[in-house]
Amino acid sequence: MASKVIHALYIDDDVLMDAVKKVRSEKYHIEEVYTPFPVHGLDKAMGLPHTRLAITAFLYGCVGLTVAVTMMNYIMIEDWPQNIGGKPSFSYLENLPAFVPIMFELTVFFAAHLMVITFYMRSKLWPFKEAENPDVRTTDDHFLMELDASHHDIDTMTGFLSDTGAVEIKVIDKQADNH
Amino acid sequence: MYTLSSKLRLFSIILVVVGAIGLITGFLKAPSTIEEVKEMMAAHDAHGSSHGDAHTSNATHEGAHGTADAHGGDAHYEHVLHQLQNKPWAALYVAAFFFFMIALGVLAFYAIQFAAQAGWSPVLFRVMEAITAYLVPGGIILFVILALSGFHINHLFVWADPEVVAHDKLIQGKTGWLNSVGFIIRAAVFLGGWFLYRHFAVKFSRKQDENPEGNVWYKKSFKIAAGFLVFFIYTESMASWDWIMSFDPHWFSTLFGWYVFASLFVSGITTIALITIYLKSKGYMDFVNNSHIHDLAKFMFGISIFWTYLWFSQFMLIWYSNIPEEVTYFITRIEDYKLPFFGMLVMNFLFPLLVLMNSDYKRVNWFVVMAGIIILCGHYVDIFNMVMPATVGESWFIGLPEISAVLLFLGLFLFIVFNALTKAPLLAKGNPYIEESKHFHY
Repeated sequence: MASKVIHALYIDDDVLMDAVKKVRSEKYHIEEVYTPFPVHGLDKAMGLPHTRLAITAFLYGCVGLTVAVTMMNYIMIEDWPQNIGGKPSFSYLENLPAFVPIMFELTVFFAAHLMVITFYMRSKLWPFKEAENPDVRTTDDHFLMELDASHHDIDTMTGFLSDTGAVEIKVIDKQADNH
Repeated sequence: MYTLSSKLRLFSIILVVVGAIGLITGFLKAPSTIEEVKEMMAAHDAHGSSHGDAHTSNATHEGAHGTADAHGGDAHYEHVLHQLQNKPWAALYVAAFFFFMIALGVLAFYAIQFAAQAGWSPVLFRVMEAITAYLVPGGIILFVILALSGFHINHLFVWADPEVVAHDKLIQGKTGWLNSVGFIIRAAVFLGGWFLYRHFAVKFSRKQDENPEGNVWYKKSFKIAAGFLVFFIYTESMASWDWIMSFDPHWFSTLFGWYVFASLFVSGITTIALITIYLKSKGYMDFVNNSHIHDLAKFMFGISIFWTYLWFSQFMLIWYSNIPEEVTYFITRIEDYKLPFFGMLVMNFLFPLLVLMNSDYKRVNWFVVMAGIIILCGHYVDIFNMVMPATVGESWFIGLPEISAVLLFLGLFLFIVFNALTKAPLLAKGNPYIEESKHFHY
């Protein structure tokens, strides 16, 4: 089954933001918006759910902290205790100040790296991945809004979109299986 | 325009009166002879079973002195006498400094907003200006206490005691800086410079409201803010050596100025947030939205972490190197001040870290208020830990003089700040960024 989508192109992010709000108030469904740079507030205007990346960052940080504590406890206390600077390493707690910088660094290291990797996987980005954006101009100076047009009248929709300030409107037939 | 409600006025006056009575009682109850100290300690030991901890720490202390002291049994009592005589003075000093440093922290924050030409904050400028109104009276009170201590009317600063200096090689080497006259001149210069900036900053801000044409006054505000910040970071650092670090004249830490700065900065920002939320709850300041509160809470969170970073940097190096002159500072605190020393870390680091980490919580007013109150208490304890060990030693207690001094200055602070709020419209309408600030949203 073929589905129809409309590509509406804009050349200004403020016009785009207004258009997104109008389109949503008309109850049309926005599939995706492609922009050359992050547009502040666009996610809220599109009604996207809040990112859960912050929660994963917290959890990754906890993992990093645990790794640091377990690792140093094994290396410095259990396996090979040494007397460094007159502070015999027989107790993790008594030597805690010396371990704090490493605990901090590994927390940050785990949180940062795993968060980036999660972000890439969630956005389906990996090396040699083919670009998904339908129009190369969205990497330069154009903003593209992709709307679902399957169950709507194409003419009223294009008319409405050009009123919102779109500079170019294309109707595209999409194969359902390549989406 | 804000009008000071009679309830708030009465409340602050009651605080001042109750605090003053308590503090005077604290001064009167301080022992004046060794005999009184002996009586007090005997009475204390009599109900020792209920004060198990205090008793044992006293006993170990006496034991240590008994073996080490060559100069007789009364030396210990004399030592305690001096500590107990210092106690109300130190309580007064900690509270006076704490509320003064809130005003100073807000002044620095205010200057940074101008120097950075921040667009989010101008709706909060009148609150900041009102808090800095406490700078002058608070600074004068602090100056009087410093003068009394610098000229050895009380015994807060050991370096001000010629008897002590005569037998102390280390302090003798520092008399070029640590002498009463220089101390007072420096305090006058620091305070004078800060007062001067505060006076002109507020004046220019009001003039900009009256005559916003061409932003003439705004540009002047920008210039003096930049100049003040340079002056401030040097003088604040030196003031922290003079007014706090010199309580332990043998000890020094090169990042002490930053450490005190972090403390006063976070206390100041927290106070801005608390007063803004209070005014909003009373129906003033509709132009402040939850994104402004969010940003203030982010600063509270961030500067709390920054404070911890400096605290730890100072602690770890000294702990690790274990040099006798340096490490005694922390040994006395960990042995005699275990609860306030570690409690302060929980209040100033762990609590704000966990409560304010979540982005959504930073917009919930009661969360910010709760975290703010804990942070302010934590930084009071921080100042307490910096001042008390060198002035009252093991005889510390958060009792009548300490709480009374806090109430006294809290009442004074509330009265002056909320009175200053009535002096100008709550919106600095002439500020060129005021529209941006009104529409600020995260």
